[in-house]
Amino acid sequence: MIEVDNIHKSFGDANVLKGISTCFDKGKTNLIIGQSGSGKTVFIKCLLGLFAPEKGTISYDGKIYSELSGSEQRNLRQEMGMVFQGSALFDSMTVEGNVRFPLEMFTKQSDSEMQDRVDFVLKRVNLIDAHHKYPSEISGGMQKRVAIARAIVMNPKYLFCDEPNSGLDPKTAILIDNLIQEITQEYNITTVINSHDMNSVMEIGEKIIFLKNGIKEWEGTNKEIFKTDNEAVTNFVYSSELFKKVRQMYLEERN
Amino acid sequence: MNYIASIGSYAIMVKEVFKKPTKWGIMKSLILKEIDELIYGSLGILIFISFFIGGVVAIQTALNITSEIIPKYLVGFATRQSIILEFAPTFCSIIMAGKVGSYITSSIGTMRVTEQIDALEVMGVNALNYLVFPKIIAMLFYPFIIAIAMYVGILGGWVAGVFGGFSTSADFVEGLQLDFNTFHVTYSFIKTLVFAFILATIPSFHGFYMKGGALEVGKAATTSFVWTSVVIIILNYILTQLLLG
Ligand SMILES: Nc1ncnc2c1ncn2[C@@H]1O[C@H](COP(=O)(O)OP(=O)(O)O)[C@@H](O)[C@H]1O
Ligand SMILES: [Mg+2]
Repeated sequence: MIEVDNIHKSFGDANVLKGISTCFDKGKTNLIIGQSGSGKTVFIKCLLGLFAPEKGTISYDGKIYSELSGSEQRNLRQEMGMVFQGSALFDSMTVEGNVRFPLEMFTKQSDSEMQDRVDFVLKRVNLIDAHHKYPSEISGGMQKRVAIARAIVMNPKYLFCDEPNSGLDPKTAILIDNLIQEITQEYNITTVINSHDMNSVMEIGEKIIFLKNGIKEWEGTNKEIFKTDNEAVTNFVYSSELFKKVRQMYLEERN
Repeated sequence: MNYIASIGSYAIMVKEVFKKPTKWGIMKSLILKEIDELIYGSLGILIFISFFIGGVVAIQTALNITSEIIPKYLVGFATRQSIILEFAPTFCSIIMAGKVGSYITSSIGTMRVTEQIDALEVMGVNALNYLVFPKIIAMLFYPFIIAIAMYVGILGGWVAGVFGGFSTSADFVEGLQLDFNTFHVTYSFIKTLVFAFILATIPSFHGFYMKGGALEVGKAATTSFVWTSVVIIILNYILTQLLLG
């Protein structure tokens, strides 16, 4: 479980996060939604420890990050996995090399142990015959799978994904969402996902936080988001006519 | 003010590079890869340029000797001096600022804009050590290719001088051996080593701290070339004053 207490983050004069508090449960897919520029990426980078908030605390299963020593922070970081928006695969390495990289860097496993682990996670994300390809030689959806495999290869307790299905076709996007949700439940990971994709919200939003201008505007589940009358949320979620109709029908059906 | 801040961040970067080293097994292969890319990969262009510049130096010296009092061996002598003192260490380093420098800035800059550097840091890797240290170590081999550039430059001078009819082989070789001062070679290699460090670190700095997207990577590579050259030219002046002045 990750607890966030009143964090503030600014760059120069720009206040990007203005006091956000929430918590993310274990074994659940937690979604952060909001318009482009609302601070989702900055928020997730604070959770990762890449940015230090000026005010407020973040605690991971009771351990407050800013109060840990340098080496304790590093150990905690190794329990985190991250899927970046553009996948951020190392383009000088093959698929296998990318997934193997954290193992080579931080474990003392033998060659065959590493190979077994790499084969296992690549199979888990349904990538079987791309081991020796380079990131530029595979599709965006496959790159995302490799990024997920690399993020989970060290058995993380916390998994962060920045818009994992941006740039993917709707069908692949749903496959990637479902994969993340399955992995979250299977390994009981605390997962936080940035998204502006409505399909994800409906499909895997076990907990949803809506950010607007650096403030948590709304929080709830994907069941509740249908019913909310918070205007900012409905404006964002039901920005298309189609979604507006779907919501109308849903609400009528229930009455 | 901005320049002072940049010099400060550059100094901090250099310090970070030597902290929290990457596992030796991994570092070793990174260093070998960089030697291949930065050193071996630059050998061809430096040999090519040195040979022809050496030739031009010899021809121009010969054409400027119109008076009969000036001895013929001057062609060899002047070629040797200009190649060893200036051309090989400094001119080649400016070429390298273009070739190696823009490669370093754009490769590290691309890693920055595609969040690969963030990915390294999230994993707990010291990205500066991982990316810049192997380049610094690889560039320690830079004096070797400069030595080759010196040899080829002088050879180019000899070929142009002798086969162009500007000097006889015996005159040229006499000039080469005249008043040979070994300290000039030492001076030249000290410069080369300093330039090697600059060539590895300033382009890395421009790539590592860049912001933006693909367009900015191109701009960063250009800025990095300008600054690397400027710093090399200034250090060349200072070192010459200190060592020879
Ligand atoms: N490193 C940074 N330096 C300065 N400003 C930044 C930085 N990162 C993000 N910002 C600013 O913070 C705001 C939120 O950005 P971001 O978190 O990327 O939005 P989102 O991911 O929700 O689209 C933007 O206005 C952006 O310009
Ligand atoms: Mg973002």
